[in-house]
Amino acid sequence: MPKIIQVSNLSKCYTITHEGRESYTALRDVVAKKAKKIFTFSKSAETTKEAFWALKDINFDIEQGERVGIIGRNGAGKSTLLKILSRITEPTGGNIKIKGRVASLLEVGTGFHPELSGRENIFLNGAILGMNRAEIKRHFDAIVDFAEVEQFLDTPVKRYSSGMYVRLAFAVAAHLEPEILVVDEVLAVGDAQFQKKCLGKMEDVSKHGRTVLFVSHNMGSIRTLCNKGILLREGRVDFIGPVQETIDSYSKNLLRKDNNTAYKSIAGNGDIKIDKVSINDGLKVHSVFANIDINIKYTVFNPKKEFHFFVLIHNSEGDVICSIFQKDKFLELSQNNKEINIVFENILTPGLYYISAGIYGSNHEFLDWVDKVEEIEVDHSFDDGKAFDQRYGIVTANSKWYV
Amino acid sequence: MKGQWNITIEAGRAEKNYWKDLWRYRELFYILSWRDIKVRYKQTVVGAAWSIIRPVLTTVIFTILFSRIADMKNPGPAPYALMVFAGMLPWQFFSNALSESSSSLIGNANLITKVYFPRMIIPASSVITSLVDLGISFIIMLAMFLWYGYIPSWHIIFLPLFVILAFTCAFGIGLYLTAVNVKYRDFRYIIPFIVQFGLYVSPVGFNSFVVTDKWRMLYSLNPMVGVIDGFRWCLLGDPMHWRSFIVSVAITLMFLWFGIYYFRKMERTFADNI
Repeated sequence: MPKIIQVSNLSKCYTITHEGRESYTALRDVVAKKAKKIFTFSKSAETTKEAFWALKDINFDIEQGERVGIIGRNGAGKSTLLKILSRITEPTGGNIKIKGRVASLLEVGTGFHPELSGRENIFLNGAILGMNRAEIKRHFDAIVDFAEVEQFLDTPVKRYSSGMYVRLAFAVAAHLEPEILVVDEVLAVGDAQFQKKCLGKMEDVSKHGRTVLFVSHNMGSIRTLCNKGILLREGRVDFIGPVQETIDSYSKNLLRKDNNTAYKSIAGNGDIKIDKVSINDGLKVHSVFANIDINIKYTVFNPKKEFHFFVLIHNSEGDVICSIFQKDKFLELSQNNKEINIVFENILTPGLYYISAGIYGSNHEFLDWVDKVEEIEVDHSFDDGKAFDQRYGIVTANSKWYV
Repeated sequence: MKGQWNITIEAGRAEKNYWKDLWRYRELFYILSWRDIKVRYKQTVVGAAWSIIRPVLTTVIFTILFSRIADMKNPGPAPYALMVFAGMLPWQFFSNALSESSSSLIGNANLITKVYFPRMIIPASSVITSLVDLGISFIIMLAMFLWYGYIPSWHIIFLPLFVILAFTCAFGIGLYLTAVNVKYRDFRYIIPFIVQFGLYVSPVGFNSFVVTDKWRMLYSLNPMVGVIDGFRWCLLGDPMHWRSFIVSVAITLMFLWFGIYYFRKMERTFADNI
């Protein structure tokens, strides 16, 4: 397959000004500062500026018809990359060469006007996304059909329910016919059924030989939609390869663990330090409704009258899905303790999870916080040996059914 | 393989096909103009009425103020109220267009940060919206001709040229102001002042012929002097000071060039700054 996008040494630098807290410059301030400078003959009024490289020397090629998922943590540069690709902002260095028309969908319903009717907004949004009138007319019925809004076509969209609004907006975007489609996290809207429809539509698009670039935090939709992955990390390309390998590489990266070295704290003043978090004595795989026993070993450097522990559970994408606080259970800690244990029933559904642990003091100040230091793997079985089949939800509940 | 790439994205690249792009995106321009007009007149009965009430009331006051109290005379053949209104047409258009276009980029920030298109479309379409108001005011002008039983001069066939001149003038200055507005948000507070100040230094309530020859050239550095004189020449057959008119046109073109130059220079960073 021929190359359709070639990115070489792409960099983007933002300048962060440390003085003004406002997001924009006010002329008043600029004038005041200039005046101050004249009268004081000093450089003290100067703001400190810091360069922040959102992207640094990115290189990759994309072939025609590939469906590429771009993943990475928040701030890894995914959105910046998409913005440069869709020509919204300019790179600081390097270049991108593109063959064909690019349509970008960074937001659902860009430019929708609440006062205008559904029909009018279809034409408006279509034009904004780069379709011409003839194209929109050709797809008009299909768009209306897809969005399921026939009866409300002449109603101003401000009277639409949020579901209808999103459906209409996505329907317009779904009927774009560019060679390259750039999509930011827009599928996270609408109900499950509509999301399925959108994913199906996007698969259709790529089957017609079009190239799709897709950013999402939802590994599930990346996995179903994409065949290639690019993992960004702190503005650099960390991994490029088949989608599953990229997701694995991303998940591995989440765990900041090195068995021999001490945990790195992300917060805390070091008065008390967490040395080791261990789960069920090192047993990694758990089943649903099994007991999970977490042991936290710590060292007190500067005795505190009062401190409390907490444990966070993250999913494989790094989002916190559960937090457990020791304070809820009124456990007295004596100064001589060197470890603490918690036990809870596992209500997590099968998958990979990460554990963070932390300590805070009487004024809610952090004493220590170690982020995603251990992992828990939940396998597809219940504690009593029955298989856990595919089902909805992040967590389940141990319930009693009665009639 | 090389040579087939049809888009290159690169730092500081002066867009070679910017003007071609502008042409390619003309449909977006039509549709944005249409949106602005539609939204402006939708649901707001007062919106349409407002574009009539304001110039008419201002005309009444100016006529009383300048003709009755200050006892000024119109050098042309038309009644004073007609002369004021003929000047009010382009001025109203200019001040509307300027306020609309100077806030246009900020008002469309959601588009700018999400989609690529030549940004010049946005201020241009907001100036177009004010043309509709001009059209409505023009109908009132015709009504006033009937009321006064005044037959417009045959020069009226040149009116479109002067509308284009007024458009160019508003667009050039508007481009500059809207670009500055993205960078310095408090600049928008200055704009109403510019518009108000402009009303007094432009010959709206009086005829530019009250300015003596000695100051005439200096006075025509205000580009609206040429436009207003032109409107009166077209509609009423007033005398025209052609030398000063040429100066006004030259200034207008200079503003346009500078507006485009500054806008293009700032355009790259709009998405980062807005």
